[in-house]
Amino acid sequence: MTDTATVVSIKDVSKRFVIRKEKSLKERLVNFGRSNQHKDDFWALRDINLEIEAGSTIGLIGPNGSGKSTLLKLIGGIVQPTSGTVRRRGRLAALLELGTGFHPDLTGRENVFLNAAILGLTRKQTEEYFDAIVDFSGIEQFIDTQVKFYSSGMYVRLAFAVAVHVDPDLLLVDEVLAVGDEPFQRKCMDRIRNFQSDGRTIILVTHALEQVSELCDRAVVLEHGNIVADGEPRDSLRHLRADFEQTRISERERERSTGRPMVATSPRILAVRLTDAGGGPLDLLNSGSTVGIEIDVESDTEFPGGIIGISMQDSAGHMIYGTNSRMLGIGLPTFVGRRTFGFRINDFFLGAGQISVTAALAEASGVEVDRKVDAATFGVQTDGTTVGIVFAKPEFTIG
Amino acid sequence: MTTDGQKRVLRLAGEPLLAAGPTPGFVRGTLYSVRDVWAHRELLGMLVRRELKARYKDSTLGFLWSLLRPLALLVVYYVAIGKFLGGQRSTPDFAIFIYTGLTAWNLFAEIVSVGTNSIIQNAGLVKKVYLPREVFPLSVVGSALFNFLIQLAILIVATFAVGDPPTGSRLLFGLLSLAVILVWGTALAFLLSAANVYLRDVAYLIEIVLMFMFWAVPVVYAWKQVAPHVTGTVQTLYLSNPMALAVLGFQRAFWVRGDGQPAPAHIGGDLLIILVIGTVFLWFAQRVFARLQSNFAQEL
Repeated sequence: MTDTATVVSIKDVSKRFVIRKEKSLKERLVNFGRSNQHKDDFWALRDINLEIEAGSTIGLIGPNGSGKSTLLKLIGGIVQPTSGTVRRRGRLAALLELGTGFHPDLTGRENVFLNAAILGLTRKQTEEYFDAIVDFSGIEQFIDTQVKFYSSGMYVRLAFAVAVHVDPDLLLVDEVLAVGDEPFQRKCMDRIRNFQSDGRTIILVTHALEQVSELCDRAVVLEHGNIVADGEPRDSLRHLRADFEQTRISERERERSTGRPMVATSPRILAVRLTDAGGGPLDLLNSGSTVGIEIDVESDTEFPGGIIGISMQDSAGHMIYGTNSRMLGIGLPTFVGRRTFGFRINDFFLGAGQISVTAALAEASGVEVDRKVDAATFGVQTDGTTVGIVFAKPEFTIG
Repeated sequence: MTTDGQKRVLRLAGEPLLAAGPTPGFVRGTLYSVRDVWAHRELLGMLVRRELKARYKDSTLGFLWSLLRPLALLVVYYVAIGKFLGGQRSTPDFAIFIYTGLTAWNLFAEIVSVGTNSIIQNAGLVKKVYLPREVFPLSVVGSALFNFLIQLAILIVATFAVGDPPTGSRLLFGLLSLAVILVWGTALAFLLSAANVYLRDVAYLIEIVLMFMFWAVPVVYAWKQVAPHVTGTVQTLYLSNPMALAVLGFQRAFWVRGDGQPAPAHIGGDLLIILVIGTVFLWFAQRVFARLQSNFAQEL
């Protein structure tokens, strides 16, 4: 793509929310002199700079409260920035919440026209698309029923059908792609892919990280109102997952410091090593051979049994393999000090790619005590005759 | 990417980068707002229809209800004030007189009281989609106007029934009064709906203010009954109320039997002046609305 155009240009944008704690006149009068005590400033976004090019699909990801939705609303013009500028070109449609603007007392047909008008279609265009919309939603026989009698699935189907028939240059999507049953979801995904090949720009806010790796060609990670990563979805996702892990650990620490004392004070995973069939270090696995995983664990006090396990993720973050000592029917012995545990996986027929290994240690009750995410990685190579996460030798016949 | 896709990118490259959301500025902002609302006129029409359709959707009598309320009021005032208090004796065609005033007043009251809640009623949309937010108060004006037209039709039928249909130039008073009601009602709906987002007490306050205002307007009593009590400055004040003028103008148009009755001088000129003031006020109200609306989404 040589000829690109910026669709959205965000310059030094900050957004401050003033959180007032009281709302009625009486409360305001009573607290008039002290009104500043009842105000809280909250910076939802700080100095955001972002250029979005035409035809790209961008995922905005981050933990709850990181400012993703606020950023999307700024782009949509629904809220105005406290400072900085948001500029954009082209026609915009926002899929911010399905069924917003549906009136329960109106029929499906009336609501289609209303909702299409809200999303910017003219009446003539809506009439043109009407059959396609109803067809897409798959609820022909209920189209003249009031939508308050619809099931929630029918409701979102109709809403989504309207939204995807709007002809936007820029589509803003907030957490709405996973609607309906599986066939309908697949239909929605196909539609989104069509949108991409039409050169439309899509900005997606979601917590479903697989969707990001599947759909987006760029992912922006927001945290506390700042952009902390921006680039290939794979890299951004890795960054975000590492942060989530950090949060999990610190939360657990806090729980530990405030909650009941744990039975074992500090069993921890020291290191994870990968070995090949001969016991040497493993970097690159020839699909079908053996992977050994050695985990060094240390406990200051007596650790009464427990469970140790591993899992493997592909580069998109999908778990592709996992096992633990309990699944294998083996209880860990009680131990103090250093111990090394080993897994050995024979005939491991993985597809080509980069695999990361996570190890975890838990009490016998199942409460996790330590986890090392992406503790080790290895590559997998095959003979190049297949794609996918598993490898099996294919044969081909011509009848 | 397909060739269609490349074409789209090329077309976009030729378009200017525009600020997301409404343009600030006093004069340019007004132009922008008017254009924006105009671009959404179809939506506005649909919102009006939604209001009307949804209001009496599951009732058997449907639209008849919007007639029964003013008719019930008419009966109450006619019996209580016309008969018991003797209003009928001094005011000819008392039923037509009251219904004329009620029709004008109801239009104004509906625009203001429903309009005040219009943004909050549509909070879901305001928070989720960018639309010129003016469409919400305006859709209330539209549906109130529809109810008004039905009541007006009944009024006109009634004037024929009593044998005194309004004719000729007196109807100009009706049009002028209608314009005054619409301009002032819309301006207040803009101001109050925006204020109500920040301070929910506004809606309750308005109910009370409207009740006071109803009695400060010659709907159930005639001008000649109030004139002796308001003199000098008080009378000027009384007649500075756009609604008082509009109701008097409306009566001038449709209450044919009232021709010989005392009425304030130069109603027509006063109506014109108040219409001009109202137009300026409407512009001011829209600017305030535009200022306040940038924070609607986070206040709701």
